[in-house]
Amino acid sequence: MVRVEFLGPIQKKALELEITNLNELATILQNDKEVSEWLATCAVAVNDTLVSSLEAPLKDGDKISLLPPVCGG
Amino acid sequence: MLSLYNGALDVPLILKTWYEEEARSNYGAYIPFVGTVRSEDGIDGLSFDLYEPILDSWFEAWQKKAQDKGAKIKMAHSHGDVMLHESSYIAAVFSPKRRVALEFIDEFVEDFKASAPIWKYDLKNGKRIYAKERSTAISGSGLLA
Repeated sequence: MVRVEFLGPIQKKALELEITNLNELATILQNDKEVSEWLATCAVAVNDTLVSSLEAPLKDGDKISLLPPVCGG
Repeated sequence: MLSLYNGALDVPLILKTWYEEEARSNYGAYIPFVGTVRSEDGIDGLSFDLYEPILDSWFEAWQKKAQDKGAKIKMAHSHGDVMLHESSYIAAVFSPKRRVALEFIDEFVEDFKASAPIWKYDLKNGKRIYAKERSTAISGSGLLA
């Protein structure tokens, strides 16, 4: 089971999913109307490290975070 | 050093504290940048969410870059609400020489705007509205689209 958290302005509760890689997550979220419109502009972190590939395997207990566009200051 | 505060920053206190912390560290330059909430588009203030684990690691990576140049960065940021003419952000670079600090503060603040996991909202008529148009997608975004 991995936990998926939606940060900042994405109004969606965290998900607990049985998935083994980010490709599976992409498919699930592309079909989720609450979040699909955010995907093109969201960065992805696994266990608080930003990732650049969908291929890295996920393991039980991993935390995935979706980070929408930022504006600090 | 990264310091996070609930609500507006006490700018005079933070600048004074940082000054005193480094007064005997033999830095020749102390260059702070203070971000203050301006009145525009009818806002009453701004509000911020931030995500500390990635903010911490982003900041630590910059601190290492600063150390490589013999410099040091300090940063303070608000979460929650910050009203007009209050301040939500201070970044400062200490370095042996002025030129390094001036260049570094510019690079640091630019990357802060583009990469630090902080989300801004306008406070307007009792609502908290995500500042979508002023926000920047983090490099590498769109992986799941």
